[in-house]
Amino acid sequence: MSGPLLQLSGVTCQFGGLKALSDVTLSVGRGEIIGLIGPNGAGKTTLVNVVTGVHRASAGRMLFDSRDITGIKPYQAARGGIGRTFQVVQPFPELTVIENVAASALFSGAAKSLRVAREQALEHLAFVGLESMAEKDAATLTLAARKRLELAKGLAMNPKLLLLDEVNAGLNNAEVDQALSLIRAIAARGVTILIIEHLMKVVLTVCDRLAVLHHGELISVGTPKEVVSDARVIQAYLGKRYAAKEAKNV
Amino acid sequence: MLWLQVLANGLMLGGLYACIAAGFSLVWGVLNVINILHGSLIVLGGYLAYFGYTLWGIHPFASIPLIGALFFVLGYLVQASVINRMIAAPVLLTLTLTFGLDLMLNNAMLVAFKADFRRLTLEPPLGTLELGELSLPVDRMLAMVLAIALTGLLYLVLSRSRIGRAIVAVRMDRWAAALMGVNVNRIYAITFGLGALMAGASGPLLAMIFPISPLTSSAYLGKAFVVCVLGGLGSVPAVIVGGIVLGVVESLASVWFGSEHAITVSFVLLIGFLIFKPTGLLGKKGFE
Amino acid sequence: MKFHIIAAATLFALLAAVPSFLGDAYSLRIGTTMLMYGILAMSWNFIGGMAGYPSFATAAFFGLGAYAGAVLQKLGLPMIASWMAAGLFAFVFAGILGMALLRLRGHYFAIASLVVAEVIREAVNSATDLTGGGMGLNLPVPQMGSIEAQAAYFFNAMLLISAATFIALFVTSRSKLGFGLRCIQQNEAAADMIGINATLYKTAAFMLSAVFVGVAGAAYASWVHYIEPPDVFDTLYSVKPIVMVLLGGVGSVFGPILGAAAYLALEELVWRNYLSIHTGVLGLLIVLLVLFLPRGLLSLAPRRWGMAP
Repeated sequence: MSGPLLQLSGVTCQFGGLKALSDVTLSVGRGEIIGLIGPNGAGKTTLVNVVTGVHRASAGRMLFDSRDITGIKPYQAARGGIGRTFQVVQPFPELTVIENVAASALFSGAAKSLRVAREQALEHLAFVGLESMAEKDAATLTLAARKRLELAKGLAMNPKLLLLDEVNAGLNNAEVDQALSLIRAIAARGVTILIIEHLMKVVLTVCDRLAVLHHGELISVGTPKEVVSDARVIQAYLGKRYAAKEAKNV
Repeated sequence: MLWLQVLANGLMLGGLYACIAAGFSLVWGVLNVINILHGSLIVLGGYLAYFGYTLWGIHPFASIPLIGALFFVLGYLVQASVINRMIAAPVLLTLTLTFGLDLMLNNAMLVAFKADFRRLTLEPPLGTLELGELSLPVDRMLAMVLAIALTGLLYLVLSRSRIGRAIVAVRMDRWAAALMGVNVNRIYAITFGLGALMAGASGPLLAMIFPISPLTSSAYLGKAFVVCVLGGLGSVPAVIVGGIVLGVVESLASVWFGSEHAITVSFVLLIGFLIFKPTGLLGKKGFE
Repeated sequence: MKFHIIAAATLFALLAAVPSFLGDAYSLRIGTTMLMYGILAMSWNFIGGMAGYPSFATAAFFGLGAYAGAVLQKLGLPMIASWMAAGLFAFVFAGILGMALLRLRGHYFAIASLVVAEVIREAVNSATDLTGGGMGLNLPVPQMGSIEAQAAYFFNAMLLISAATFIALFVTSRSKLGFGLRCIQQNEAAADMIGINATLYKTAAFMLSAVFVGVAGAAYASWVHYIEPPDVFDTLYSVKPIVMVLLGGVGSVFGPILGAAAYLALEELVWRNYLSIHTGVLGLLIVLLVLFLPRGLLSLAPRRWGMAP
């Protein structure tokens, strides 16, 4: 097992006249936590969508665990070990919490039968701290709980790569800290994580590396320290005052 | 030349089809409701014009504004009292609801007017205009002109009046419109009323050209569907384009395949568009 | 689960006893019609209730089944074999049709499925050499002795087909396919993302919604031994099953049967007494149903009774 887990080479994604992603080349190493940051509309969610097969790349190639995944369908990505959460949470509203997670486990191939899927679901719910809500309808959960359900669903797929799309949007400080410790625990299990985030505090404390997207282009990749002091990043996203403040801390 | 005649026939039909479909398209685009009643409303408008003419001598052209106003009120009331309760329900329920309402209206017409076909023949008949090799029945031409005029009037209302702009706003984004202070429920009722108005107003025009019977309402409904899918939802120009395309296609199909197959050809076209280009030639897709 | 099985077995046992108790041709005719509509309603549940795609294609499958069965019988194939073949034909047809239609959603899917029946009706109407076109198709009248015996035969035939449909519905609702369809119905995008091959699942549901309808159509043709396009492709064959499922309760296992029975009881009552306003009353029923009881009669009963597992 060598080489990066995910390798994007020259990936472009075009919608009509708009280039949402432009010639993106990026490697994600096994076991690392890489943050994807950039202004709104930079193409971060599009990148995740392309990797998971929701959108087709108009050019370029993608390799996952040495397999070519360019042009796969979403269900194939799910079964192949790529899990993701949605920015706007997407539960199955009329199923219970545990059924939601069991569905994930069953259809991604992590569990072979519904019974096994339910057992696994209970474990994942315990991991994210939702086991007390197992029999509740997913639609009745608070936002923070839904985010954790989303996380549990992602985990239930036994992914090698987990793509987190703004898991912290809408959470207060305490909830964000909880989410952070969960993310670290997931990484400790050996899952590679790519996290889209706006909260710099999250990204700087938990990520091994950062990648910065701007107008669909990758303008900087490196350690948090390197990226935060990168002039292009400062101009596009961070702003001088913030960068100066962080440069002192990092 | 045969082709010119076919084209002329197609255009005359097309204008009528655009008018038939305009109200239907509006309701679908704004309320996300497919109004199965539409066809029956057209037929009812036709009957009212027929009886207005044969019993009281009211010329069908003159009855258009009267019928239109009446249907606006009826449509408004039906929407506000019945349809609006289900406005957020899934497609299945709203479709079934308007289907049920249509069954009621259609049955009522069958009982009241019987199924036999009636013809609204004008005395004296308007005759035919001979233009070179073209034979243009005056009543059809006038009907087409009026149909286009009505459709154009709708366009003006939507683009110039305050209510019209509110309707368009609700179609684009009902939440944003509500935040802007638009009373969305009232707009829904008004829009449905307008849709009913357009249906009722087309009735007299069609009655002058085609025989009327409650049995024809599904045919008109089918044409409205096809026009909306061909042209696309979301604007009056789209409806006009769709109407003309359908008119010309039907005219051609009548010549090539025989008039009894013209409808099938249009349905095949409909399915083709649904599969390959649901947004239609000009429009945006309706809400799903 | 046990409850459902016992209830179902009891129900079908009771129904099987009907010809012995109510042997007159008239009652059997009503019963056969009820069972037939039960098949249509249960079948619709696969695609409309479980997958959430509002299909109006039932009439297309019914008509195709009727004509396939009739034509095969005229060509000499034994009756039962014709029925099976008709079901298979409908099954395969739905698979092909599904590939084209199932990427549509909501209204577009509903309209497309509705229009398909119209187009097929026209096609059958035109293929006069094969189908007799507008003049209809006569089938060999089955020789079974008395009228009562014939009525009982077809009653039992529909009973068997409906039992098969019920079993298929029941098994599917508890299977991985059923679970997947429920996920698709609630959030198709999320279903894709957790590894459900939505296209495959929807197509399977669509095909299942066609196969028993096709068999029933062929059985119907043999039963009435004269069919014509406007009869077997009638839009009401698409609409009435939906009304029945709505009446009984969408997505549930017993809902369709309950709805079919309730609807037909009502229809018999109204039809017998108020023939001329028959469709109007149906319309009123539909409107009231949709406005006041959108989850069907079963929503009035305790949860355990009818809802999917």
